[in-house]
Amino acid sequence: MALLEVRDLTVVFQRRGEEPFRAVDGVSFDVEPGQTVGLVGESGCGKSVTSLAIMGLLPKRGATVTGTVTYDGTDLLKLSDKQMRDKRGSELGMVFQDPLSSLNPVIPIGLQVTEVLERHRGLARKEAMIEAKNLLDKVGIPDPNRRLKEYPHQLSGGMRQRALIAIALACRPKLLIADEPTTALDVTIQAQILAVMKELVQDLGTALVMITHDLGVVAGLCDEVNVLYGGKVVEKADRHPLFAEPRHPYTHGLLASIPRLDAAPGEKLTPIRGSVADNIPWAQGCAFAPRCPNALDVCVQVTPAEEDQLGRLLRCHNPVVPGTPAAEEVPV
Amino acid sequence: MSETLVSVQDMKVHFPIKRGVFMDRTVGYVYAVDGVDLEIKRGETYGLVGESGCGKSTLGRAMLRLNEPTAGKMVFDGQDFSALKGEELRRMRRRIQMVFQDPLSSLDPRQSVESILIEGLRAHGLDKGKESTNKRLRDLLTAVGLPTTALRKYPHEFSGGQRQRIGIARALALEPDLIVADEPVSALDVSVQAQVVNLMEQLQEQFGLTYLVIAHDLAVVKHISDRVGVMYLGGLVEEASAADLYAEPLHPYTRALLSAIPVPDPVVEDRRERILLAGDLPSPANPPSGCRFHTRCPWRQETRCDTERPVLRELKPGHKVACHWAEQIQSGQIQPHEVQPILVEEGDGLSPDVPLVGPASVTEALNP
Repeated sequence: MALLEVRDLTVVFQRRGEEPFRAVDGVSFDVEPGQTVGLVGESGCGKSVTSLAIMGLLPKRGATVTGTVTYDGTDLLKLSDKQMRDKRGSELGMVFQDPLSSLNPVIPIGLQVTEVLERHRGLARKEAMIEAKNLLDKVGIPDPNRRLKEYPHQLSGGMRQRALIAIALACRPKLLIADEPTTALDVTIQAQILAVMKELVQDLGTALVMITHDLGVVAGLCDEVNVLYGGKVVEKADRHPLFAEPRHPYTHGLLASIPRLDAAPGEKLTPIRGSVADNIPWAQGCAFAPRCPNALDVCVQVTPAEEDQLGRLLRCHNPVVPGTPAAEEVPV
Repeated sequence: MSETLVSVQDMKVHFPIKRGVFMDRTVGYVYAVDGVDLEIKRGETYGLVGESGCGKSTLGRAMLRLNEPTAGKMVFDGQDFSALKGEELRRMRRRIQMVFQDPLSSLDPRQSVESILIEGLRAHGLDKGKESTNKRLRDLLTAVGLPTTALRKYPHEFSGGQRQRIGIARALALEPDLIVADEPVSALDVSVQAQVVNLMEQLQEQFGLTYLVIAHDLAVVKHISDRVGVMYLGGLVEEASAADLYAEPLHPYTRALLSAIPVPDPVVEDRRERILLAGDLPSPANPPSGCRFHTRCPWRQETRCDTERPVLRELKPGHKVACHWAEQIQSGQIQPHEVQPILVEEGDGLSPDVPLVGPASVTEALNP
């Protein structure tokens, strides 16, 4: 059995006097120990809300979470707040996008690391400090003894993100969720952080859920990739087939619209027309249909089901045939 | 068309660091841009890349004199732009326009699109009657791919990509020769980025524009630019045509930068060798001596690197590099080695050695 089984996870936000909004709409995926699973999509596709729902971090009022999130045999969504607090930080770790706003600015780094160790592993302050030093060392922070006494603002962005990873890994969680861990960082620092995370997954056998909008990061890191659009998984495949032969027109379009560093000069970019504002509700058909170059009449009438097609899970009435060039750009 | 449109000579921008409440004492300088020379030819796209804090945006702003440069000058179309004053400067500004990164904060939320576009036309006396102006506005919107109904709307009513189109139309309205685009697509979603990149290329062809594109994303810059300059800590370290730079990076920093950029292709990603740089960008207020990159350079040598600042020299036609050992590194005579990361100070020097007094959190106070 998988370490984490997410089934039909749905998050509906409801504000008074407004239409309910389905941010996540029936997302299912599995994570095995030692496996890296990617959730990719653009802003507003529900990837972050998915991670917050798994960790039980969504507000109790206003957000309705349904479905099941089975971690090691227990449904996380049914746990009480107290039970969930015991799991978070010890068995489930999380790394957020912006390390400056997720670290407490008025507490030294050392105490923020030892807090977790004292709370979950019951270490005394002194032992915890030694362990914290080892952790900072492991994630590649130079001179950890000194850094332990410093405050977040005294560290650079890359160092802060490392400190955050150290906190997330303090109790050797079996599952680590990283929500855009490198988006706020420069590319050379991003490469350092990704190398650290890759090493940790290999050494500790941690399962990693990687949430990002950067297809390049996914290509280098993830074993399985889930492409999200408008709150639903539209394509799910292993990274090699996914990048070699994207079948969903959205995945295909995304790959055709990013300039590649190794492309020949004069390469043409084929953007996806319109923007997410053009989406239609999933209830009426395929949300991507108004932007889709492959759209058929059926696409705006029937919601495509998630089906096992062509050796992968796909939610599309008219998948891309491999080998066809990206659709011609429609004049805007 | 190889005529030089813009020539920047030894441009420097140093920001003073001030301390004290009543008397502003200057205690040091941030060397944001420290001696940059570059030339942009008419009709070409020059891409300026570098990581945050390398001074690329400051350089762009100093060229437009949005920040006054500390030293150096910019010659625009044969005229010394840095020496212009008053009315002459104002009139010259029409020919150099800027597109900003975040279109929502660079467009006035309380101005309609029509008023945003017309403001520049009025300021430069291009509003020659209702009829012709209206036609001009409609042409502009068509050129950037917006419906003419957009004129009556306000910036918040558009999506990010559409807002950037308005920003481009605003710059285009004055028929400039040079457009400086500072991170024009980095605030946009990837699927929309390509729309704006393609639009910029198409407008360049249509109006014969010259671009200076400032961005941190080397893949975007490589795609859009003819020539690329790589900046590190206030100086240019390498300059070459986009294809050359990628095929044969000569500066160690460019090599590391190129190897760090993920490519959306697992086959390539598995094969690639990464050059991981140690540590962080040193503070521009206290740049390393000699070569600015020597503290992180895997190819650093015992001599010259830490004492002598390398100048940009032409190694091959059109390919300039600022490295003492570029030839030896290229031929493989010098091999990379381990680099120990050096601590980089962030924030102001609050001593980490001050003993901590009292509990740091409520939890701590309750469970001593």
